[in-house]
Amino acid sequence: MSGSSLLGATPATVALDASLEAYARRFRDRPGRAKPLSPQLRRLEAESIFIMREVAASFEKPVMLYSIGKDSSVMLHLALKAFWPSPPPFPFLHVDTTWKFSEMIVFRDLIMKKLGLNLLVHVNEEGLRRGINPYASGSGLHTQVMKTESLRQALDAHGFDAAFGGARRDEEKSRAKERIFSFRSQSHGWDPKNQRPELWTLYNTRKAPGESIRVFPISNWTELDIWSYLAEEEIPIVPLYFSAQRPTIERGGQIFMVDDDRTPLAPGEAPQMRGVRFRTLGCYPLTAAVESPAADIDAVIAEMLTATTSERSGRLIDHDESGSMEKKKREGYF
Amino acid sequence: MTSALNARHLASADKGLLRFITCGSVDDGKSTLIGRLLYDTRLIFEDQLASLQMESARRGARGGGIDFSLLLDGLEAEREQGITIDVAYRFFATGRRKFIVADTPGHEQYTRNMATGASTADLAVILIDARKGVLVQTRRHTFINHLLGVPRIVLAVNKMDLVGYSQARFEEIVADYMAMAAGLGFKSVTPIPLSALEGENVIAPSALMPWWTGESLLGFLEEVEVEDARLASAMRFPVQWVNRPHLDFRGFSGTLASGALAPGDPVVVARSGKTSKIRAVVTADGDLDRAEAGDAVTLVLEHEIDISRGDILCAPSARPTVARQFLSHVLWMHEDELQPGRPYLLKMGAQSVQAVVSAVRHRLDINTLSPAPAETLELNGMGLCEITTLQPVAFDRYRDNRETGAFILIDRFSHQTVAAGMVEASLQKATHVYSQAMDVSKPARSVLKGHKPAVLWFTGLSGAGKSTIASLVERRLSLMGAHTYSLDGDNMRQGLNKDLGFSDADRVENIRRIGEVARLFVDAGLIVTASFISPFRAERDMVRSLLEPGEFIEIFVDTPLSVAEQRDPKGLYRRARAGEIGNFTGISSPYEPPVDPEIRLLAGEGDPAAHAATVVEYLRIAGVLARAEDAPLEFSI
Repeated sequence: MSGSSLLGATPATVALDASLEAYARRFRDRPGRAKPLSPQLRRLEAESIFIMREVAASFEKPVMLYSIGKDSSVMLHLALKAFWPSPPPFPFLHVDTTWKFSEMIVFRDLIMKKLGLNLLVHVNEEGLRRGINPYASGSGLHTQVMKTESLRQALDAHGFDAAFGGARRDEEKSRAKERIFSFRSQSHGWDPKNQRPELWTLYNTRKAPGESIRVFPISNWTELDIWSYLAEEEIPIVPLYFSAQRPTIERGGQIFMVDDDRTPLAPGEAPQMRGVRFRTLGCYPLTAAVESPAADIDAVIAEMLTATTSERSGRLIDHDESGSMEKKKREGYF
Repeated sequence: MTSALNARHLASADKGLLRFITCGSVDDGKSTLIGRLLYDTRLIFEDQLASLQMESARRGARGGGIDFSLLLDGLEAEREQGITIDVAYRFFATGRRKFIVADTPGHEQYTRNMATGASTADLAVILIDARKGVLVQTRRHTFINHLLGVPRIVLAVNKMDLVGYSQARFEEIVADYMAMAAGLGFKSVTPIPLSALEGENVIAPSALMPWWTGESLLGFLEEVEVEDARLASAMRFPVQWVNRPHLDFRGFSGTLASGALAPGDPVVVARSGKTSKIRAVVTADGDLDRAEAGDAVTLVLEHEIDISRGDILCAPSARPTVARQFLSHVLWMHEDELQPGRPYLLKMGAQSVQAVVSAVRHRLDINTLSPAPAETLELNGMGLCEITTLQPVAFDRYRDNRETGAFILIDRFSHQTVAAGMVEASLQKATHVYSQAMDVSKPARSVLKGHKPAVLWFTGLSGAGKSTIASLVERRLSLMGAHTYSLDGDNMRQGLNKDLGFSDADRVENIRRIGEVARLFVDAGLIVTASFISPFRAERDMVRSLLEPGEFIEIFVDTPLSVAEQRDPKGLYRRARAGEIGNFTGISSPYEPPVDPEIRLLAGEGDPAAHAATVVEYLRIAGVLARAEDAPLEFSI
């Protein structure tokens, strides 16, 4: 079966299929690079690769969280490079809330297939049965049940002892203080006052049975580093990051995309087509779009250099209350 | 070229990364300074600024202004206490450079966090409150930076607004500081006067300090040269992961710690002395002609030699030291103090081995920076220690190579990182090449256990309290990580000595066998507690003669007959008095008290726990709880 027939042969999906096929071929043919990676990104890349190898060598059952976003795309790319010619010696895990943009799911399944990687998808079925959803349950409960609890379920079910996450220290205040190797108790809790000192590159990978470690290999990358790396390495990402005419509605001063028929519309309300893109990707009811004409990566970077709001400002779950990210992390969120 | 492409080039043009650490006391205005740098380099976005303004107002920041420190204090607990409690990493960039700032707390109990930030820093910004001048904290921070090998210091004399931007005051502080920092070997010490709160001389030169002809803080940070010392050092390639996707490919993945390498270079495995040649330097982007310090690559060698994680590949002409004993600066980072002789896990690069701190040579008094005698190190204590590892490790002196001369110690039970170490010198005279397999001798086992083997021979009347005290001693020792075993009448008489009765000849044979069993356990490296009445001096001396000097510790549990008889826990005295048991020590058979026992416990009175503590204290003083001194310094090939 060809990729295009799998997707329904729209020009966009044919293009995606071709770009992911070309991407996968790079790791088979290893054509070499036209021009060297800029030195600063090369240093960040080497640091991340070091961390990934350290985990592969020190843990029995690692897993890489794959959330389909741009940071995950960078992590996946780094994992492919770190172990080459071996494939990444761990599976990938997507915690699916069932509210991701449909384009994300298409992208996820296709890239994993092209790369021949082992992707595990976990959905909190119990949460689904309880009818948890971002509209009726609110962003807080939805995130708690469908992301945090779901992640814990998946880690426990498979017995993973180390999990890579794509968090960056520049994203949020409590992230800035998290270690690269972040120790979690048996109940996956994070104790910010009891973190292990992390000196040089000597990461302490020791833990008792049942405990686990979350590892953040791109801790020291900034949003700009991520975009520059995506550009220089020509890494494919979900097209939602680039501007296109999309059906949208406005809620509380922010623009949301109507991704499917689950978005409740007010009587007489009709989605409007707007030229929008996304700076981060999460659950579509919780992720606001920005109006932008930036349709390719250079335009996105140019816009970012003059941006006046932070990347996570479009994430509703961060704004529930002060210190909310720290609370979620203590409960086991990434 | 489009403007977008220009933008990308600006974004990714190599400005060189500068990693620096900020150190200062709680009120030196450190968070304010970093907040100011982030703000003035436009790293604070509107949504962050809005919440910052709200929170500043709520907390009553001065004059409705912005409290920049709120931006940095990331954890709720800190916001409540109004202090920074942990290391935070901040990122900002200017047109010239990308910066990673480790923001570390200033108060005393968090020295370990500062060391953490300093371990990866190219430069340290040490803040001083212009009103207060050089404090004990300043001295401590300077010294930690020296110890961690941070090459450059910026002395940021802050709060100049509060001393009227006085040049005289600034120069006074600089003179004080220079006097203190002289001799610590920094590559440069650059004083800069500023006011973080007012933004004077932070980003741009200040009109209020016309006398200052030097640069602003940011101006200096943008310009300062940070030569990568790793490039100039000898080649070290620590093998992190063996890359073996199929039978036709066997590579060694790792990050080049220092120096450079290229295909064709001869290499030697530091610990085994095996040699080969680099065939290819493999990456997913194609094979490289050359790799240098910091590059993550996979090496393929010409020969099939035995290499695994933890091995260091180096040039045959410039090898690291391979040894089991070395002298090291140690910074203790855990609430539980250092226990000399206790086995820890030592992680040095990709090498993980068991190790003990065999001796604390001295502790550094942070106020005077002078050595003071010490037997241990407490949280945030620094000192010079002797380290002994179970297997040889390959290392360099920290001052020669920050990558291969640093280690951490991990507690084997709690898995906490308890110390950071920086190798000062090898304690072995020559560098040797070691075989992979070492002779497993008694001293080697002792290193494994982290203590010396011994027999604690409890002798005394029946009912004297021997077993009670022995079992308390054993419990305390095992809590300290010692490997113990107890021999007593029950486990000996019912098994090995089942065939023996209570005739004089059988009693002698009984003790002889017990002595031999104790000797085997000592050879295995254990601390044996033996509780036997053993009434005759000759028997006890016979057991002593089976062991090496210092291994037999005779403990006389000296309880008067009247007390023991009154206790009579098993009713034996009653039966002996009634003539039901013959040859009963103290009643119908003599007890010969030790003439010169190592320990005499007046066990007729007092708490058995206190007697047990006395025994443990003796073991500590006698050095039983430290590693074996006569562990062989080298092993044959």
